[in-house]
Amino acid sequence: MNLAAAPLDSTHGFLSPSGAEIVFVLVGLGVLGAALLTVTTKQLVHAALWLVVALGGLAIEYLLLTAEFIAWVQVLIYVGAVVVLVLFGLMLTRAPIGASPDADSGNRWLALGVALAAAATLVTLVVDAFRCTWIDLGTVAGSTKANGVSLFRYWVLPFEALSVLLLAALVGAIILSRREKKEP
Amino acid sequence: MHLVFPAVLAALLFCVGLYGVLARRNAVLMLMSVELMLNAVNLNLVAFDVWLRDTLHSGQALTLFTITVAAAEIGLGLAIVLLIFRNRGTADIDRVGRLTDGDEKADDDEKPGDQKADDEEMEGVG
Repeated sequence: MNLAAAPLDSTHGFLSPSGAEIVFVLVGLGVLGAALLTVTTKQLVHAALWLVVALGGLAIEYLLLTAEFIAWVQVLIYVGAVVVLVLFGLMLTRAPIGASPDADSGNRWLALGVALAAAATLVTLVVDAFRCTWIDLGTVAGSTKANGVSLFRYWVLPFEALSVLLLAALVGAIILSRREKKEP
Repeated sequence: MHLVFPAVLAALLFCVGLYGVLARRNAVLMLMSVELMLNAVNLNLVAFDVWLRDTLHSGQALTLFTITVAAAEIGLGLAIVLLIFRNRGTADIDRVGRLTDGDEKADDDEKPGDQKADDEEMEGVG
């Protein structure tokens, strides 16, 4: 890594952002707003729907980072499956339709302090560390072909282990939610 | 693209999820905040993989694995939350305190007949 040479690179500038950067920042603001609404709204079903907006925006960010395959997996799994599961969970635990005033617990201000401290620390650290680093988006880095080749050539064993994990999770969820027969 | 943009977005998203996990009372909402934190990690993995141009594509492969583990996690988590709701009649984290040390008040607002009535009601639905 020739990080020392990066500041002298005249092809990048702070004040002349490229189109991808502008779109990235705009979509990122949308994602952050949707995530904030997800964790603060009083209406439980609205929280799940704002989660859809945040996860879909993240799929757009993956597309902007030229990771196409991850973007479509994100849309399929998160927006398609996980949010539907969450909505089912909300329905089955009989979440109220209207606003529920006790959605936040009493330690909200403590949580806010912890989150703000973590955000300040992380953002300071990250900005200081990667101030002069640019991503080269010239070639596509995450096409389906490249991902498939690396996944099935170098990552086969973790892949198979994950399939066993998914099977175990499936069986576990069935066992947990099965209702035993009542003895008379 | 400047690497700071995805890194800062991931850090802020992680902190929003952290706030949600600590501040929310409903268990399903807590699981949603955990999903936000996992997505922040995924964004970091993808950004650094694209930056480093790894020949093994380890960042994106790990992102796929994280997404799979998150799917398994939310499936099992929701099954556990549903089980708690079926047994206790509530999905509030604050009121599930049977294993807490010495604080018996957490169980006080659970009415004795609550569980049985709930079970029968659910039986009718199912």
